[in-house]
Amino acid sequence: MSATDTPKRSMRTPLGRVRNLGAAHSGTSDFWRQRLTAVAMTLLMIPVVVVIMMTLGRNQAGAKQILGSLPVAIIMVLFIVASAWHMKIGMQVVIEDYVHNEKLKLVSIMLNNFFSVAVALASIYAILQLSAGV
Amino acid sequence: MALSIVHRATGIALYVGTLLLAWWLIAAASGPAAYAHVQAFTGSIIGRLIVFGYTWALMHHMLSGIRHFVWDLGYGFKANEREALTWGALIGGIALTVLIWIIAYATGGGR
Repeated sequence: MSATDTPKRSMRTPLGRVRNLGAAHSGTSDFWRQRLTAVAMTLLMIPVVVVIMMTLGRNQAGAKQILGSLPVAIIMVLFIVASAWHMKIGMQVVIEDYVHNEKLKLVSIMLNNFFSVAVALASIYAILQLSAGV
Repeated sequence: MALSIVHRATGIALYVGTLLLAWWLIAAASGPAAYAHVQAFTGSIIGRLIVFGYTWALMHHMLSGIRHFVWDLGYGFKANEREALTWGALIGGIALTVLIWIIAYATGGGR
């Protein structure tokens, strides 16, 4: 137990304690993850653009050969994980800003989670399948 | 400058646009027929416009995001610095988009 951890007698005001992790009960973790995924995607941007350009003008067999190679598959999976996470957080901020009806807000946030996870998993599954045959 | 709403709008566009990325990858994994459908779409005028718009949204959102990152780090708050960052994101986003498409066409993507 640290010196500042005094559960019985605290100098902190009730308001201060309530505010501890804020209304979302998750503190600044989304803020941090949004920045983390943003930096990840910025670093991955040039490789991803190069990969997509390499597939241009090629048929399915050519695209499969490029997308299925190990370094390309890793780059694409990393980019998809970062973007799905980033867009889930971003859309949640938009929903929280504009949807004020509590039930509608919860449904929207739930659908946002479903969409982000579904897009990410479908894309990753496709990349794994492309890798399997190469 | 009211560019923060553009950052948000491009973010929403990119969110929907991930469907295109997922469709492309699933089609590539599915086989030649499915992939030909994607290529027919992205090769059409409407398809090219959408992918061009998607390229711009991605480049603008990235540069605009870097601008926010500079602010997160505590720099660039003077009036002239804010203007420079905003114009940099705006012009840089368009420039990168055009550059990517020139390279894409030059390397055979226009076929």
